[in-house]
Amino acid sequence: MERVAIIGASMTQFGQRDAWVRELLAEAGEAALSDAGIDGDDVEHLYVSNMASGEFEGQTGVPNALAHDLDALPAYTARIDQTSSSGGAGVYAAWQSVASGASDLTMLVGGEKMTHRTTAEATDVIASLTHPVEYKHGVTLPSFAGLTARLYLDTYDAPRESLGKVAVKNHRNGVDNPHAQFRKEVDLDTVLDSPMVADPLRLYDFCPITDGSAALVFCPESVAAEYVPEDEYAVISGIGGATDTHVVHERADPTTMGGVVDSSAIAYEMAGIGPDDVDVAELHDMFTILEFLQSEDLGFFEKGEGWKAVEEGVTDRDGDLPINTSGGLKSKGHPLGASGVAQVYEIYQQLTGNAGPRQVEADTGLACNVGGFGNCVTTTIMEANQ
Amino acid sequence: MSEQKSGTEREATPVFEAAEYDDGSITYPPHPVGPNGSERVGTIDLGDYEGRVITWTTSMATPPGVREPNTLAIVEFDLGEGYDGPPVRALGQVAEDAEGDTYAVDIGERVEPVHADELREPGAGIREPESQSWNGFRFRPVDDE
Repeated sequence: MERVAIIGASMTQFGQRDAWVRELLAEAGEAALSDAGIDGDDVEHLYVSNMASGEFEGQTGVPNALAHDLDALPAYTARIDQTSSSGGAGVYAAWQSVASGASDLTMLVGGEKMTHRTTAEATDVIASLTHPVEYKHGVTLPSFAGLTARLYLDTYDAPRESLGKVAVKNHRNGVDNPHAQFRKEVDLDTVLDSPMVADPLRLYDFCPITDGSAALVFCPESVAAEYVPEDEYAVISGIGGATDTHVVHERADPTTMGGVVDSSAIAYEMAGIGPDDVDVAELHDMFTILEFLQSEDLGFFEKGEGWKAVEEGVTDRDGDLPINTSGGLKSKGHPLGASGVAQVYEIYQQLTGNAGPRQVEADTGLACNVGGFGNCVTTTIMEANQ
Repeated sequence: MSEQKSGTEREATPVFEAAEYDDGSITYPPHPVGPNGSERVGTIDLGDYEGRVITWTTSMATPPGVREPNTLAIVEFDLGEGYDGPPVRALGQVAEDAEGDTYAVDIGERVEPVHADELREPGAGIREPESQSWNGFRFRPVDDE
């Protein structure tokens, strides 16, 4: 199987944007083509990661629209919807297209337009992924986070403040990300005094609602140097996808994300490494509690110990394992279909030495993109080519 | 359903339907295929059982057609010593007392299901009203009865 390289990447400004989904996708797509030094009609496969452009905006058929706007005709196109993990699933589809030999040049663009909707409406669009027996009770993704955070704190005797420190860390990282929705530090008191959203979680435990897009260009590793200098591409050394129960309360251990465990096991095996070999990671911190769960279920820390790593600064930008150097979904924002793509964008920047003030020492990076409340997960491991 | 809304006039008692499979396991909600590929062989009415609260939250910002605030709990049912399958749990709203105040619950508290004719307003949110039921079971502390 052919190893797959990433030779170009882009992301738009995340936040409240005037642009609609077609324009957001085209903005990121055009920038990624330019970054890789290729034209639209060089692209053989074009994937769009998007959860709900029809529900949010009444615009469907976005891959066709994007192919036309970028003059990428007659590329094969498809929309990848896996809810919040549409981006990661898109990385998987793009990787698969090149690894299989079906495409020699693939572009992935993830994007979502959300902020024109009220918070209640946007929350309901996202909550529509739930099973009818959950939806009729008015459950939302934030309420799953509140339920799980309470159980985690109770089970592992973790202090409430440790969750707040995830928000403080990721906001601090986001200050140095020019594309982030929030570039503002917050202190722990601000987090702990913010309005209650889903007891025990408060406003600053949650990512915002965001418009934005991000894009990646993929080709076989064997030809990557024909497009860009050798230190300007990174290689996908392992990737895995996995699915957990649709009904969240049916999981054997509600504080374990089985999809993270299973997808990362596949990715580690493919890459021939273990969690200790990872130098930098982007985790799906849609809610602060998710950073604890993923950091444990990826094997970085023992079960129930992830909160201690945050308390001890292990996951700070200058710590032993920097997590969410981009600011994470928490400060960068979470335009659903774009988020998993933007995670890989950050790892790509780190591995090619282009992360600017966010730069850390890293040869191996990992991105974990989670859909639903751990319902669908893609874990991607990348290596620098330096 | 609509003509049966009054509890006293309801012809059939609402069922809190869970599925029983040929390996002895039970799931809520029912699935066409059970754990480890097992085949469905029957129905259990969880309305007959008490459970204990695994965790709870109060959601302050709720979607269209949902009460606000909305206290939710995940409850694990006590199906007796004869049951040794995977835990049977349900997510549900916490019920309100006679004054309309939501009961306070905590982890480990014993609760029982109580039927509600409408848990959220059909059609107010994005889900097609005809695609699913909107009645169901809330939970209330056993000691308060």
